[in-house]
Amino acid sequence: MKEFERYLLNRIAAANSHTLPVYRQQGGYKAIEKVLKTPLKPEDVIAVMKDSGLRGRGGAGFPTGMKWSFMPDITKDPRPRYLAVNADESEPGTCKDRVLMERDPHGLVEGCLIACYAMRAKAAYIYVRGEYRLSYDRVQAAIDEARAAGLVGKNILGTDFSCDLWMHKGAGAYICGEETGLMESLEGKRGHPRPKPPFPAGSGLWRSPTTVNNVETIFNAPFIVERGPEWFKAMGVPKSTGNFLCGISGHVNKPGVYELPFGLTARQILEEVAGGVWKGRKLKAFFPGGSSTGLMPASAIDVVMDHDSVKAAGSMFGTAAMIFLDETASIPQVMDVTLRFYDHESCGQCSQCREGTQWLHQMFHRIARGKGKREDLDLLVNLANGMAPGKTICALADAAAIPTLAAVKHFRSDFEQCIELGRDPHAPTHAPAPELQGAH
Amino acid sequence: MALSPKLVREFDELVTHYPEKRAGLIPALHRCQEENGGWLSPEAIEDLAAYFELEPVEVFGVASFYPMFRMTPRGKHLVSVCHNISCTLRGAEELLSHVCKVTGAPVGGTSSDGEFTVVRVECQGACANAPMFDLDGVYHEDLDAAKAEQILRRAREGAKA
Repeated sequence: MKEFERYLLNRIAAANSHTLPVYRQQGGYKAIEKVLKTPLKPEDVIAVMKDSGLRGRGGAGFPTGMKWSFMPDITKDPRPRYLAVNADESEPGTCKDRVLMERDPHGLVEGCLIACYAMRAKAAYIYVRGEYRLSYDRVQAAIDEARAAGLVGKNILGTDFSCDLWMHKGAGAYICGEETGLMESLEGKRGHPRPKPPFPAGSGLWRSPTTVNNVETIFNAPFIVERGPEWFKAMGVPKSTGNFLCGISGHVNKPGVYELPFGLTARQILEEVAGGVWKGRKLKAFFPGGSSTGLMPASAIDVVMDHDSVKAAGSMFGTAAMIFLDETASIPQVMDVTLRFYDHESCGQCSQCREGTQWLHQMFHRIARGKGKREDLDLLVNLANGMAPGKTICALADAAAIPTLAAVKHFRSDFEQCIELGRDPHAPTHAPAPELQGAH
Repeated sequence: MALSPKLVREFDELVTHYPEKRAGLIPALHRCQEENGGWLSPEAIEDLAAYFELEPVEVFGVASFYPMFRMTPRGKHLVSVCHNISCTLRGAEELLSHVCKVTGAPVGGTSSDGEFTVVRVECQGACANAPMFDLDGVYHEDLDAAKAEQILRRAREGAKA
């Protein structure tokens, strides 16, 4: 693996990296100063973001500068406009935004200021999943410090730019990481995704123009503004620029959150970053970008990790949450756990998703228990194809269908073996925990 | 019962963050739950409904949508064991069995001494430090049976876990 420049996690090595004095010592708030004192026009900031090629780090990989440019022209549309930061990190395997919020929260605050300036937003709401208490407390403390220093609120750095930042606590629902579900939840309702159109830039929070960005996406903005799009584009590959945070979990020697350039192979990441498969075992499979991205067999380990290459290989880059499974892993059990999650998290609005996730889960569950039927595999495929793509209000049905189709395609013989034997040869051997009758 | 003056003061400030009052509802549900021993009683729902000028059923409909809100009382300590994929691959089910043994609580229930409620939860975003549980709002990561037992015993003895 070649040497590469790191920037996302450089600051967190310092003691008290989450505090304002330490952030300033490390060059913090220079980017917003550059924007306001030059001054750059909001359109100039958007142009820089577009030119950088930054793609959203929340899973879809949409170009950030283009998303920002969708906000309507302020001279024709005077409604207040908002930034919503998606800190509802909850795609299984994903644990990266937490590192930024806990250990470098001012980087997020500065990113919010730049994004709000560029989109002329009067306020940003940072929607943090309720379980992330330390993240919440650290970002709140950073906002308080920044406000006291004249960096948040009215007339920032003595200019006529004013912007408020507010923390908002979610309450454990995965669907609130979907941008329109997030907006409903922020408005104090159940997290039911909204049909699109209208898109958030046209009608989002409180029917006003809104842009929703992931934490890591926003965190990249000050670096790009300060160091320029050419510097940013020089990292990674032409269509996936900059570095990304890669959360590595499962059966590896060194799980962790690592900053990596786009363009490494999954094999390089497994062997040179994660220390290889644990216990001297062989690799069986891996999720490249969270549990909603198609499970890939060990034979796909040379896939290049960038948005387009992973897609071309039949899966998705997602949130770069790589989950590795060793040769002893039970694929039926993995899929039982995976679909249990999507079943639990379906909001229930669309019947394909509400019923489909439940049926997929029940079938994987019975196969894993040795009670599967021969026709289940074709039924799984049939059902998954009935749920996605694009058949429901949001992509949760897709998130359940995609790994289902990939698992049946690549690991059909594992399921057939469980069905034929009437048991799962890789099933765990420990005694199960006692469950309260009727408990969910 | 009515909301305490302290909560009313907090909520009066909270709702100034938003253009519409109702947006404060979910943060307010969290605060009520925290002040009410970790669950939302029917009275708490009614009080919040009055404050936010909503029907109680509407507030209940919101609260019951979110897994972090409990509608039934719980033990003194809440242990939320992640059972999603990354944790399962590194022993979450064994950890859960052990947590039940040490606390005396079944999954989804409370120990007979009222000390612990144990629940399964979905991914907590601690995947690179699996397995894990959340004890009373604090993450405990990279757990094994011995480490888990020590943390739970300290909680039972009232020491800071």
